[in-house]
Amino acid sequence: MKYFKFNMKENHIFILATMMLIILMYGYGSISFTGFASTQVFLNLFIDNAYLIIVATGMAFVIITGGIDLSVGAFVAFISMVSASLLQLGLNAYLVILISLLIGIAFGAFQGYLISQFDLHPWIVTLAGMFLARGASFLISTDSIVITNETYSSLSQFKLYLFGDSYISIGVIIAIIVVAVSLYMAKFTKFGRNVYAIGGNVGSAKLMGLPVKKTTIWVYIFSSFCSALGGIVFTLYMLSGYGLHLMGMEMDAIAACVIGGILLTGGFGYLIGPTLGVLSMGIIQTIIMFQGTLSSWWTKIAIGVLLLLFIVLQRLVVMRRGKRDAIQLEKQADTLEVEPKVASGEYK
Amino acid sequence: MKQILYKFTRTKIFWPILALAVLLILNLLLIPGFFSIEIKDGHLFGSLIDILNRVVPLLIISIGMTIVIAKEGIDISVGSVLAISGALAASIMESSSVWVALIAAIGIGIVCGLWNGMLVSVFDIQPMVATLILLIVGRGIAQLITGGQILTIDNKIYDYIGSGFLLGLPFPIFIGLAVFLILLYMKKRTALGLFIESIGNNMTASKFAGIQPKRIILIGYAICGVCAAIAGIIVSANVSSADANNAGLWIELDAILAVVIGGTSMRGGRYFLSGTVVGALFIQSLTTTIYSVGINPQIIMVVKAIAVIIVCLFQSEKFRLAFLQFGKKKVPLQ
Repeated sequence: MKYFKFNMKENHIFILATMMLIILMYGYGSISFTGFASTQVFLNLFIDNAYLIIVATGMAFVIITGGIDLSVGAFVAFISMVSASLLQLGLNAYLVILISLLIGIAFGAFQGYLISQFDLHPWIVTLAGMFLARGASFLISTDSIVITNETYSSLSQFKLYLFGDSYISIGVIIAIIVVAVSLYMAKFTKFGRNVYAIGGNVGSAKLMGLPVKKTTIWVYIFSSFCSALGGIVFTLYMLSGYGLHLMGMEMDAIAACVIGGILLTGGFGYLIGPTLGVLSMGIIQTIIMFQGTLSSWWTKIAIGVLLLLFIVLQRLVVMRRGKRDAIQLEKQADTLEVEPKVASGEYK
Repeated sequence: MKQILYKFTRTKIFWPILALAVLLILNLLLIPGFFSIEIKDGHLFGSLIDILNRVVPLLIISIGMTIVIAKEGIDISVGSVLAISGALAASIMESSSVWVALIAAIGIGIVCGLWNGMLVSVFDIQPMVATLILLIVGRGIAQLITGGQILTIDNKIYDYIGSGFLLGLPFPIFIGLAVFLILLYMKKRTALGLFIESIGNNMTASKFAGIQPKRIILIGYAICGVCAAIAGIIVSANVSSADANNAGLWIELDAILAVVIGGTSMRGGRYFLSGTVVGALFIQSLTTTIYSVGINPQIIMVVKAIAVIIVCLFQSEKFRLAFLQFGKKKVPLQ
């Protein structure tokens, strides 16, 4: 019987809580509204939020190292603008995608270099990066550009049919690949271990001889690369480029990471978390949409309340861990205290 | 004299003042009549007055933010608090007097500040995460108050706060000055200012010295909330309407930039209110310059970003080292 005892690891609490929440909310939705429980509604959660999953996964690496990347939302808009304008010039669609990804890598390398080399605060650097990306997209054009390229249209209309009638888009496939790759990177590569080590304690990581600067730069490169990829997916989803796309999306990405159990202090979290966070936010949106009478600003309030719940949960778990460590230390201290007494007795 | 000059270049405020001076000199060369001030109907007009007038909301918020950042905290919800206070003032003014509205607006600022402070100090949540909640919820609450519409305000006293003139100068300038002087007095002459700095420097040591960090942090966030509420009143009074969606959008980012340009470290400790004032003035001058040169206003963000990166780089010890040794014997950066 002992083997069947439900032994939950503390580290899994966040993931389990988020999953429970998703199941509860989805269950509530399916009971309350007709048509909510269809497979397509569920898959639409992925289709509508594929770009956010990609971006949040990239951001998760940055947060695990203890940094932050505020430039993601602006950068997605910038990529949508770049690809729309390049397509307007008549460039090949795949070349445009390649250029976008390269811009992402260069942008991330620039931010990472400034942060790691000159000890600038990631908040400030990525804030500047955000302004730069938004401004640059307005430099290209202040109006929205509609994409008429054939390759892009056919890519955006691509449907992969699962279970009969329901389908997923190409964005979802890319998102799944990104999540799988980052799960692998975090768990099984040297890079992943370095990321967690830096987030846990930069000082110890340096003393251990880990390549702190290099890893920091790579983390920002990965985040910007994901933003560029998310930008392409978003462009395929919207088929237009506009500098005002996705205002405040960086906060959504951060919220997804927090709800998914990635500690903003760094050093802890599973890479599946952001996806779950995005899903739970998407379900809230869908419920409010199905409800019909509630206005869209209730989404913000609901997400905020959810955020509060998860942050308090994180706090409780961390506090419990701290208490347990303190008790252990006390026990150790007790055993240590006994020995000197014996020693001193001998010498009397 | 040389000694004094040398000492001055070592102070934290040297870099922001230099940046502002360079910007103003650039203006002197590029824009004719930038420094001219004329008198119309007994009021002063001119680009400089305009900068002073426009900077006030940002300035007040940045000053509040400085207090919070001094304790290694951050408050990213100020933009939302600004929207809430403006919306509340506008909605109350529809039914009761302007004074009730003003008190309620400042009261909601205190409440928001205390909420943030409570999460940070009592529950010990990371400041950025704690204030992220109000950042996201705040605009929703503001929309709830206004019912999703842009409320227009028609009140003489309220209008005076936003666009009135006192002694020939726009009234908001005096509000900004008052907030700055009160907080400067608090920093230099009261125990609270000392405690805030001491907590920012070393939380544990201050605790042993008998300071109660939690209470101080709570007060700090409350001050920041009040500052945001005052800015909300000025912003809504200036345009005679309360817009839940766009009032104070991104102002938190500008405020953080102003604080950092002013030389206050994001890692807490000593804080420089006058530096923050210079930082805010720098950001506003940059904006006005771009408008008056006639460049497309959308470019403002690019220029802001580049300016911020340059200023931050010059504040970084390592960059200055690398910059000074450029072309000399190569010394590897550590």
